[in-house]
Amino acid sequence: MRAVITVVGKDTVGILAKVSGICAEFNANVTEVTQSVLQDMFAMIMLVDISKLDKSFAELVDRMTALGDSMGLKINTMHEEIFNTMHTV
Amino acid sequence: MLNVHDILETIRMIQDECLDIRTITMGISLLDCIDSDIDKACDKIYDKITTCAKDLVKVGEDIEKEFGVPIINKRLSVTPIAMVSAACKESPVKFALTMEKAAKAVGVNLIGGYSALVQNGFAAGDERLINSIPEALASTSCVCSSVNIGSTKSGINLDAVKLMGGIVRECAEKTIDNQCFGAAKLVVFCNSVDDNPFMAGAYHGVGERDCMINVGVSGPGVVRSALSKYPDADITQISDIIKKTAYKITRVGQLVGTEASKRLGVPFGIVDLSLAPTPAVGDSVAHILEEIGLESCGCCGTTAALALLNDAVKKGGVMACSKVGGLSGAFIPVSEDAGMIDAAVCGSLKIEKLEAMTAVCSVGLDMIVIPGDTTAEVISAIIADEAAIGMVNNKTTAVRVIPAIGMKEGEFLDWGGLFGKGPVMSVNKYSPAKFINRGGQIPAPLHSLKN
Repeated sequence: MRAVITVVGKDTVGILAKVSGICAEFNANVTEVTQSVLQDMFAMIMLVDISKLDKSFAELVDRMTALGDSMGLKINTMHEEIFNTMHTV
Repeated sequence: MLNVHDILETIRMIQDECLDIRTITMGISLLDCIDSDIDKACDKIYDKITTCAKDLVKVGEDIEKEFGVPIINKRLSVTPIAMVSAACKESPVKFALTMEKAAKAVGVNLIGGYSALVQNGFAAGDERLINSIPEALASTSCVCSSVNIGSTKSGINLDAVKLMGGIVRECAEKTIDNQCFGAAKLVVFCNSVDDNPFMAGAYHGVGERDCMINVGVSGPGVVRSALSKYPDADITQISDIIKKTAYKITRVGQLVGTEASKRLGVPFGIVDLSLAPTPAVGDSVAHILEEIGLESCGCCGTTAALALLNDAVKKGGVMACSKVGGLSGAFIPVSEDAGMIDAAVCGSLKIEKLEAMTAVCSVGLDMIVIPGDTTAEVISAIIADEAAIGMVNNKTTAVRVIPAIGMKEGEFLDWGGLFGKGPVMSVNKYSPAKFINRGGQIPAPLHSLKN
């Protein structure tokens, strides 16, 4: 069971560290990261394993959204199933 | 296998193009609540609804959060109250108040099923219920009502059509202080369906299971945006693009329905393959038609474009989910669609064109504001025309018109929220009174000798 975390916004120090810090705190293992910085825009998509979470997934979603709000970033945390369902027959 | 393009496309659909699940509707049978003592019956109904649906809103919100897709409405539909109340001699309004109380207790925004099915004539309780609709809708805020007055197999009950013209007017008159809102919660159907998750016409059919989850999807903005990327595509390609987009939209409905059913421990009924607009910018069915190439919705060509859209939505959606049902098609409610409102205001969209459009899509003359001096007979005749289209074409049609008491063409009724606002549209003023007052039954149509 995995979740997709996407982060978009103005580049600044410590985005990756803070997002992965929260993942570690929830016991979510980061399995894949793709990231690019175009001029000063930061874009990252992260795949995390959520099968061994020690708190609820909804709490993780809230924490990530709050982090995004505090850093002026848009962070989406969504269960991977919505992408699989939508894009595969 | 996930890829970046797919992930970004899904997020864009949700955040920029208004992709959402329009409704998760729990259907609950009230057949085991029937009692000749109205108070006992109402107690049983309250207990059953608040037991079955106690977690519905919470589960909806959880799914919304985890999958990141908005679920706009959580709703309930129940067995047509005319059947449940038939054994009681008192006014069935008490049932409406009980439905309202139960709906508020579980936190849903609408509850449907204050309904009667009279396509073949009135059974015990039917007339009493229909006559109580204006009071029931005026004294509640989230109870919705529907009456089925015709079907392809039975024909059209003209006595019921006559009665409903007056009832629609009375619903508006009783709620004149609230923008005539009563009439916006009442739908008159031909060929109504048992598993419809959409309001105001939802009820839980007697052939259905005790309790089930139905899902209605949405997504006009997604379809329009997909089409805007292909300005020079021919119409076959347009149809293919709509099919692919509808597939993706409907998959989300299937996922949400499956998940809700699993978490609530209630069987999953159907996905309604629908394009349901809202008054929000970028969520309009009219704008899809305009993207296909019409200057303004309602101009010549609208019916053909809508027929293509409706068919492509179904073709794309059918493969995306395991069980399809409900009304399934593009909706064209005037007040709930920013593009339709504009087209009605500028004079491009008229009731006669809307009537033609209902022959090729779901569902009927929906959320149309008509002048306050429209007589009951004219409303009955609008219902009869629409029912005839449904009866002959073997499809569901409906009428939800709102007489704007005291208002004339050009003025607006404004309810806000999902119900939107509608301009008063002109209606042919010549009288159909003699036809309507004949009463009786329009016989069922012949379905052979098709030339």
